[in-house]
Amino acid sequence: MKLLFVLTAGLAFAQVDSKLLLQPLGDSWPSYSGDYSGKRYSSLKQVTKANVKNLTLGWTMRITPGALANNAIIGGEGDGTVTFGGGNSIKGAVLQVDGTLYVSTPDNAWAIDARDGRILWHYFWKTRGATHIGNRGMAMYGNWLFFETPDNYLVSLDARTGAERWHKQIAPFEEQYFSTPAPIVIDNHVIVGTGNDLDEPGILQSFDPETGAVQWKFYSVPQTANDPAVKTWMNLDAAKHGGGQMWVPGVYDPETQLYIVGTGNPSPAYTGVARGEGDNLYTCSTVAINVDTGKLVWYYQSSPHDTHDADSSQTPILVDGDFNGRPRKMVLTAARNGYFFALDRVTGQHLRTLKYSDGVNWAKEINANGQPVRDPVKDHHIGGSLVSPANSGITNWPPPAYSPDTGLFYVPQNDNFAMYYLTETDPRGAMGLGGKEEQGVGSLGSYITAIDYKTGKIAWRHRFPGTNGGGAMGLMTTAAGLLFGGDLGGNIVAYDAANGKTLWHSHIGQVSNAPETYMLDGHQYLLVAAGDTLFAFTLY
Amino acid sequence: MKSTVVKLGLATASAVFIALSVNPAGAQNAGKNKADAKAKAAAPAPLPTGGGGGAAYPQRPPAPADVRARGEALYKAECGFCHGDDARGGDMGANLIRSQIVLNDDEGERIAPVLTRGEGVEGTMMPKFSFNQNQIADLAGFLHSFRVNGYDGSRNRPETIVVGNAQAGQAFFGQRCGSCHSATGDLKGIGTRITDARTLQQRWINPSAGGRGVTTRPTTVTVTMNGQKIEGNLLRIDDFTVTLTQADGRQRTIRRDGDNPKVELKDPYAPHKELYTVYTDTNIHDVTAYLVTLK
Repeated sequence: MKLLFVLTAGLAFAQVDSKLLLQPLGDSWPSYSGDYSGKRYSSLKQVTKANVKNLTLGWTMRITPGALANNAIIGGEGDGTVTFGGGNSIKGAVLQVDGTLYVSTPDNAWAIDARDGRILWHYFWKTRGATHIGNRGMAMYGNWLFFETPDNYLVSLDARTGAERWHKQIAPFEEQYFSTPAPIVIDNHVIVGTGNDLDEPGILQSFDPETGAVQWKFYSVPQTANDPAVKTWMNLDAAKHGGGQMWVPGVYDPETQLYIVGTGNPSPAYTGVARGEGDNLYTCSTVAINVDTGKLVWYYQSSPHDTHDADSSQTPILVDGDFNGRPRKMVLTAARNGYFFALDRVTGQHLRTLKYSDGVNWAKEINANGQPVRDPVKDHHIGGSLVSPANSGITNWPPPAYSPDTGLFYVPQNDNFAMYYLTETDPRGAMGLGGKEEQGVGSLGSYITAIDYKTGKIAWRHRFPGTNGGGAMGLMTTAAGLLFGGDLGGNIVAYDAANGKTLWHSHIGQVSNAPETYMLDGHQYLLVAAGDTLFAFTLY
Repeated sequence: MKSTVVKLGLATASAVFIALSVNPAGAQNAGKNKADAKAKAAAPAPLPTGGGGGAAYPQRPPAPADVRARGEALYKAECGFCHGDDARGGDMGANLIRSQIVLNDDEGERIAPVLTRGEGVEGTMMPKFSFNQNQIADLAGFLHSFRVNGYDGSRNRPETIVVGNAQAGQAFFGQRCGSCHSATGDLKGIGTRITDARTLQQRWINPSAGGRGVTTRPTTVTVTMNGQKIEGNLLRIDDFTVTLTQADGRQRTIRRDGDNPKVELKDPYAPHKELYTVYTDTNIHDVTAYLVTLK
């Protein structure tokens, strides 16, 4: 039994083991989504619709990134001459295990006392460079923490002290990769994705949590001429530079041993001529990968031959439920491209497509397999093409939620539009995100949208007031019928999960991650970040 | 296995390239001049504070001019036919700027096996070349002089975005815009006042997006409380409060509880947004082609 050491290590310091990770979300928050299903549905019921108005601020804590703060433990491969912003915004999950919170931003990691917000240790990574756009959080296994750095290292820390155990390169800095995802621990695998805006392939890897050795690598685009997906590309070189980054963590189904994750846009993103006319597999897809072998088991492509950087790397959600009168094991996704998909997660069979944003206009029809078919007229134009969604998407990385009590899938939605101008007339196109210039023209509105997967209809929408829109942050729901999320006005809000009615709010500043909940000393907490500050609310 | 030696350029060189970088995420991939790395190791750098800026992927320090010149001449004679004189690829050869082999190469050591050993590249017709080591280093110096950036700057920009039919644009304008706007009234001379056609197009599609020197009309708010109407310009609104600027310039924030009090917003540009799901790109291009003629 490979996890025996965890069980015999004593009770002085609670650890994360497979049993805890497999539990439905409740007292702890031990992984990116809290549990493997991606539902962000907590079984906690102490905070109810009736008493949520009594939530009280327990503490706040403002992080200070950088080498000089909190006697930081210093690591990293950089020489210390380059520094980047981004370290002062919490844009990912915070782990809560046995009264300690584990928080990360680009190049920074902290352990924080969950009872008073005091910093226990701070680790700072001297970077080599790379895009510092955000960090989605850490993973934990035993006493070990794992997080990714923008310059593409997987770093493992001792959760008790913040001391570094080791770091391993994930992807070549020279190929302009950058890494934002939260790793996911499954059994003795640490699953690690990465990102890239040049034309390099999407890589998902499994590392050994003890040694940091690579166990397998999965590329989301073909790397060899005998890969059957090569025929969906102009040629092998195009495929090998085809993108498909997996920059948001996936979910895990222990029954099938499948890790299910969304892949990013094909590259070059906008001027796709050099990619050929094919579908460009397996970009903009939901892919199911055997967690022990790293082999692809099934895929479903939600944007064949995407031309708008509309990656499909949103968090999928695993749901067991009734579909057309028979029980199904499903995976549900609301994609950045404005369409919602229900698939059978055992086989990958398509069950339902719903266009959840009315203004979306990049596709001209839905094909027999439920896939939106791109309208080439809307690719881009020298004179400008008015397209919804704008680049940021109808939704983006902020995680959705699902409640088995209401049967509703909750997603932040922004009905945005932009003019896409073709600015590169070289018939070979451009590299990466080049070749076009996007100029926004605003939004027709932003919402929390509740989708009923059974009927394929919108059950309710809560529109954020105002004449424009914006990207709202992620969501979390509970067994007490509550739905929590940040709005566009700087409030953390509790909604009635049944109808979207507001029940409680606190104006804390622009919320920057998805709220979380856990139990501590017999009290339920609500934890949320607004930029550089954590807020812990509770019922006393 | 790549060396773990620090591969960023000299601090001074980095600063220069930061200043030159058009896009903050831009600049070329890491320079790897080993002499630079050694020189830098002598003076310990200050610890970063976590703020500040920097080139995400610093440009490589350029090879000496004579190396680049020899490399360019050799490249154009022997390689450009397939890979393009700008190394961005052609019908026969791959784009070398984004090539994983070139990106990971320092001074030709990764390029050499592809050229000289006849290993080629899987799935391609890459032939074998009998270059010597100096020639390969020259080629590497030339190839590493290109700017590499995922936010690839456009090199061949269209001369104008005006592609529509002015006559059709005038007809559309008459049907959809004429109730509020007039070519001889508010839009008289618009093509002279806004000389850049793309700016003009963006502005007529959604004037509230603003822009330099543009005054946009605010959304107005009417709050009905206790039978009284409070009016002003909208500053902010959420489910719990609305803030408006009153005629005397003072801000006033009013609590909201659902529909109480009644809050009505009037966005002067709402008719523009209503068109987003109505008109076609051709309509847009035609209207712009018409508006640029209003001198």
